[in-house]
Amino acid sequence: MSETTEKVRKTLARRYRAEKRFKAFGIGSIGIGLMALVLLFTDIIGKGYSAFFEYEIQLPITFDAEVLDVSDPRDEDELNYGNYQGVIRDALAERFPSVEGRQDTRALNQLVSTGAGYALRDMLREDPSLLGKTRTLWLLTDDDVDLFLKASEKQREDSRLNAKQQQWVAELEASGETRMVFNQSLFSYGDSREPEQAGILGAILGSLFTMIVTLVLSFPVGVAAAIYLEEFAPKNKFTDFIEVNINNLAAVPSIIFGLLGLAVIIGLFGLPRSVPLVGGIVLTLMTLPTIIISSRAAIKAVPPSIRQAAMGLGASKMQVVLHHVLPLALPGMLTGAIIGMAQALGETAPLLMIGMVAFIVDLPAGPLDAATVLPVQIYLWADSPEQSFEALASAAIMVLLAFLITMNTLAVVLRKRLERRW
Amino acid sequence: METAQQLDKPSLGNNDAAKDKAINERDAMTQDTPYPDQTVGKPFVDNPKMRLRDVEVFYADNQAIHGVSLDIGKNEVVSLIGPSGCGKSTFLRCLNRMNDTIDICRVKGDLHLEGQDLYDPKLDVVELRARVGMVFQKPNPFPKSIYDNVAYGPRIHGLANKKYDLDEIVENSLRKAGLWDEVKDRLHASGTGLSGGQQQRLCIARTIAVSPEVVLMDEPCSALDPIATAKIEELISELSESYTIAIVTHSMQQAARVSHRTAYFHLGRLVEMNDTETVFTKPEHDLTEAYITGRFG
Repeated sequence: MSETTEKVRKTLARRYRAEKRFKAFGIGSIGIGLMALVLLFTDIIGKGYSAFFEYEIQLPITFDAEVLDVSDPRDEDELNYGNYQGVIRDALAERFPSVEGRQDTRALNQLVSTGAGYALRDMLREDPSLLGKTRTLWLLTDDDVDLFLKASEKQREDSRLNAKQQQWVAELEASGETRMVFNQSLFSYGDSREPEQAGILGAILGSLFTMIVTLVLSFPVGVAAAIYLEEFAPKNKFTDFIEVNINNLAAVPSIIFGLLGLAVIIGLFGLPRSVPLVGGIVLTLMTLPTIIISSRAAIKAVPPSIRQAAMGLGASKMQVVLHHVLPLALPGMLTGAIIGMAQALGETAPLLMIGMVAFIVDLPAGPLDAATVLPVQIYLWADSPEQSFEALASAAIMVLLAFLITMNTLAVVLRKRLERRW
Repeated sequence: METAQQLDKPSLGNNDAAKDKAINERDAMTQDTPYPDQTVGKPFVDNPKMRLRDVEVFYADNQAIHGVSLDIGKNEVVSLIGPSGCGKSTFLRCLNRMNDTIDICRVKGDLHLEGQDLYDPKLDVVELRARVGMVFQKPNPFPKSIYDNVAYGPRIHGLANKKYDLDEIVENSLRKAGLWDEVKDRLHASGTGLSGGQQQRLCIARTIAVSPEVVLMDEPCSALDPIATAKIEELISELSESYTIAIVTHSMQQAARVSHRTAYFHLGRLVEMNDTETVFTKPEHDLTEAYITGRFG
């Protein structure tokens, strides 16, 4: 055995140990990341899953024309001013005949959500022949009743329902007059003061319009800026200065962009507050550096041999860029854009500044309607005193996460799909 | 220069006397042998395709080419040889102004293609590159189909109006490049899926599809195996019937096999240029002789 082999053997053991240490360190790091993720998901899903369901109670409802004060259900005005709470009160009184006294009656009436009345109105509009008839219907419960029914025995002690209310609900539950159904209103309504009627559709639409505006503005502008800087701009102090500033812009706290939007876009240009258009413009400013930086990296990654081949054939600069560089760089650009969009989707601070934090019940129909977005909706609900909003906020977080996961998956799939080898 | 030579010196402790001697000899040669004031041999021909006089190239403040003058005759294959870093590729890239893409690069001198000044500010470089095509060191097909690779040049220059015409150009070019029989059944398969030698022939087909007058080749075989190299060399001989070709090569055998005339570059100067046979059998300058006999390289 030569001297060298001997020396090499001695160091080998040390090298292997170092390798093992490094491996263990890597696995540990990934483990910590995964644990954080699992923790986050279990916490949010544990808190939020109940918001996807709601409790209803069964009551025989009589569409009494006199109580409702509706003589012709085809008349929209009359229909809208009908006293639906009245028929529900009557039905409750009939179900619990022993309840007497003003206070108790009021407590009893609180069991049913105010939203149930609207459901009755819609039913009557659908089928005017219901007037005067009696139907056994499932009615949406108030959020406190809902929470009570969802809670375990032990948690029920902390319920906001008083003793009598608890007794009535327990009676209904025991006789099978309660049921749990999928919470459709969560995905079909905007925000509401009543948790059982609050939905995230308004926020989803607001986010959608904001994202559309952001994408339409930031992708073409970002890609064009990146192409110009990489392919056409002369390399001098001025372009260096621009590059430094773009990198700086990527690190500016997002709330600054919100202030800029408030001062310039709303203040100077006079665009309305709280609308997705302004939100989109502000988020565009925030997303642009991300898109420009990733697009430039994608352009840089296009092999120079391809450029030379095209130029050697007599392609003009523009043709080289459009025919060769852009198609090859597009997957990277799209990935950057989607990651930028995902960032923008989760952004709250700049939107607070431009008034997208308002309480908005109506669903926005376009980018010029006042709206809020998912992360702001989560912030609003997390800030609300009613306990039921906590579950709603978690449910909204789950929806937001689902969107983010979808977008990031899309980024990976697009990259894999469009990637071409050379 | 000092440092470059030091790097070349063997650093491992194996003392090979013969090798040492060769290195000493080379150092002595490059230091003592003066450059000729004028290129020796016969750099000029009558009625040339390309007439190049006093070409100087600068990278920022570094002069890479010192006053090179030579002619490239019609339908002639000229090979440019010389040790690494001697400026032969840089010189070649002046001939279709590929050096324009390097910001710090400046070119001086008279370069003419049949009376047309290459560096005339009024000349469109796009037009020039359609007349002077280029094949690169590493095969660089576009990540597109074989057909689209060849059709790209004719398409951007509007050489074919009908699909039929384009098909014909593609077929002819692939035939000339000796690739037609191998790819005619898979014209729409990706060009990057071919072997290295086939890719390089595809690049040649792509270059000649534009019907250039001159084809520049920058070490076209350096990334290929001997069999693929032989095919390309055969192809170059065939192409010289219809095109003027300038080829940069590191292989002296290749220069001897394919070219009519050979130019020997040394450290940015054209030392000697003559008929290929003369250069390889009776070199006039000591530096040329030292290079072709393998005393340095």
